[in-house]
Amino acid sequence: MKGLTKELVLGLSQRKKEPVWVRNLRLSGLKAWGKLEMPKWAPDISELKLDEIETYVKPEMEMVSSWEEVPNEIRKTFDELGIPEAEKEGLAGVGAQYDSETIYHNLKREVEKQGVVYLPIEEALRDKKYAKIVKEHFMKLVLPDEHKFAALHAAVFSGGSFIYVPPFTEVEVPLQSYYRLNAPGAGQFEHTLIIVDEGANLHFIEGCSAPKYNVANLHAGAVEIFVNKNAHMKFSTVESWSKNMYNLNTKRAIVEEGGEIEWVTGSFGSKVTMLYPMTILAGTGAKCEYTGVTFAGKGQIIDNGAKVVHAAPNTCSTINTKSLSRDDGVSISRTLANILPGAVGAKAFIDCKSLILNGGAKAEAMPEVRVGEMDAEAAHEASVGKISEEALYYLMSRGLSEEKARTLIVRGFTSEISKELPVEYAMEMNNLIRMEMEGTA
Amino acid sequence: MKFFGVKNLRVSTKEGKEILSGVDFEINKSETVVLIGPNGAGKSTVAGAIMGDGRFITSGSVKFLGEEILSLPVSERAKKGIFMSFQNPVEVPGITTTEMIRSVLEDKRGGFVLLDEVREGISENAKKLGTNIWFSERELNVGFSGGEKKKNEILQMLALSPKLVILDEIDSGLDVDASTRISKILRDYQKESGCSYLIITHNMRVLRHLEPTRAILMKEGSVYAVGDQKMLKTVEKNGFKAFFEQISEKGVK
Repeated sequence: MKGLTKELVLGLSQRKKEPVWVRNLRLSGLKAWGKLEMPKWAPDISELKLDEIETYVKPEMEMVSSWEEVPNEIRKTFDELGIPEAEKEGLAGVGAQYDSETIYHNLKREVEKQGVVYLPIEEALRDKKYAKIVKEHFMKLVLPDEHKFAALHAAVFSGGSFIYVPPFTEVEVPLQSYYRLNAPGAGQFEHTLIIVDEGANLHFIEGCSAPKYNVANLHAGAVEIFVNKNAHMKFSTVESWSKNMYNLNTKRAIVEEGGEIEWVTGSFGSKVTMLYPMTILAGTGAKCEYTGVTFAGKGQIIDNGAKVVHAAPNTCSTINTKSLSRDDGVSISRTLANILPGAVGAKAFIDCKSLILNGGAKAEAMPEVRVGEMDAEAAHEASVGKISEEALYYLMSRGLSEEKARTLIVRGFTSEISKELPVEYAMEMNNLIRMEMEGTA
Repeated sequence: MKFFGVKNLRVSTKEGKEILSGVDFEINKSETVVLIGPNGAGKSTVAGAIMGDGRFITSGSVKFLGEEILSLPVSERAKKGIFMSFQNPVEVPGITTTEMIRSVLEDKRGGFVLLDEVREGISENAKKLGTNIWFSERELNVGFSGGEKKKNEILQMLALSPKLVILDEIDSGLDVDASTRISKILRDYQKESGCSYLIITHNMRVLRHLEPTRAILMKEGSVYAVGDQKMLKTVEKNGFKAFFEQISEKGVK
């Protein structure tokens, strides 16, 4: 199905046997899409023709909870990505999406026994057991009419996960959802809704990838995270899109009193990325820590960053971005810390570092702090630099080729992020960086 | 085959300023040669030109183990067995000394090297140096004191087992005990490996346990005199100025 029409939206809703409120939400998204304009402050995405995007591509299978039942062709893709292996070795649960639908979902029994809920979003929307909690939270942080691609997402969302962690529950190993967009010229619009209840703790990993095609693909997912009182959430992402992808994702979290969210993001690939995870620190003493790395190679515009709103006293945030660019790649680091009046004792710190790897690349850091409260502290640092000739000479004098020396310097530059990731993801990230440096990605 | 030889080495900056105006000297296998001279004589430039410092434009010849190396990339010179301890070691954030050495060894051997293997080697050498293994687990030279940086250079040298070691003021920033300790380490490494040293220094302490066979005195971009330990002692006692005056009176060079 291509483009965006009322018939398409209604058909999708019907196919998914959704409750009326969800259908209405889709329709309000559709309406907003028609009214809203393309963002004007951002990279030019006029080449993206939505009429040519397949908004819904159903994989040729129903969802299963055993990898054995996944058809060979699809299974092969996930095997190559190492997902079934990773699940065996140390994940509490795994969801896997192929194009528009979740094809695999499984939660370890012991974690299920803890009362943790991990379901495909459609199931959660249909299931009466979760009707109340889902309705109270679904698209309440990312609103259907707040920007063009949130509207699009609301209209055609498909796939994604719902996660609920009950009060004072410690999920000891991470949960992971993996999104694979395999169909050429298609869009992926998964929705992730996470609620970490009082005093609970969760680490969620999101992985995304797509193979290379000559036609434009679009990713406009949404992530909504509710971190309740004294809860802790870590949200890690390694995205590795093909270079024909428009990655226009919206992520948002709200953190209550004493709660904490950590974002760790590695953003690779895509033609254009516009992504700025936002955190609302709503309760006293809530905290946010954001660490992200991006790489803009040939022909890519990576516009990435983070936003934090300090809406309560003694809230604390750190944004730390590292961006790399090479060839004619453009990397923009857009960050904002907004301290509202009344957020007494709030502290915000932004540090944006960019490294330009060769001549034609561009990097821009745009850290912004708005301080509406006298009794608060905010600071920002930004730097754009090149690989130091001195450091290259030094490492080469130890016997490293220039290319290896560069890779090592870049790995050092991004080490703060790889340290935060589970080891296999850190390795994947270093591998992606190496491939980008070699120009083989 | 000569071990190492520099012939008519000329170096200028990219702006065209001449620093070395034709330098000649040789180093034999297992020999220790000391390079001395007043500030600005061009000693570090000699070291940099041998290693391949990209800021310089060079001409002439530098042969190592029978091969002309002056046009080789820095890394190739290092791979052939030349190591230079930097006067000002560079800080490289985010990677540890251990990780860096691992990368070099992997490149050399063409396969995966376990970090633990690298650590083992380093920890032994760190003991000799009187430092801890955690030293090499810190980000490469970042926030190191002057002395720590120099010790780290020696750790790297030992891990990479070079054949020709250029030490550019290894003793600056080191305390007396550390200088003596490093002098012993250098002696032991030479005994064990048969390496040669080209040592640039203003301080004879680091030579205490070594047996320099020759001293090369540089002045204003060229070799002024070649002598032995006696010349080193005279210079140490009376200074360069007196030495130059004495020589020009005698009319010899």
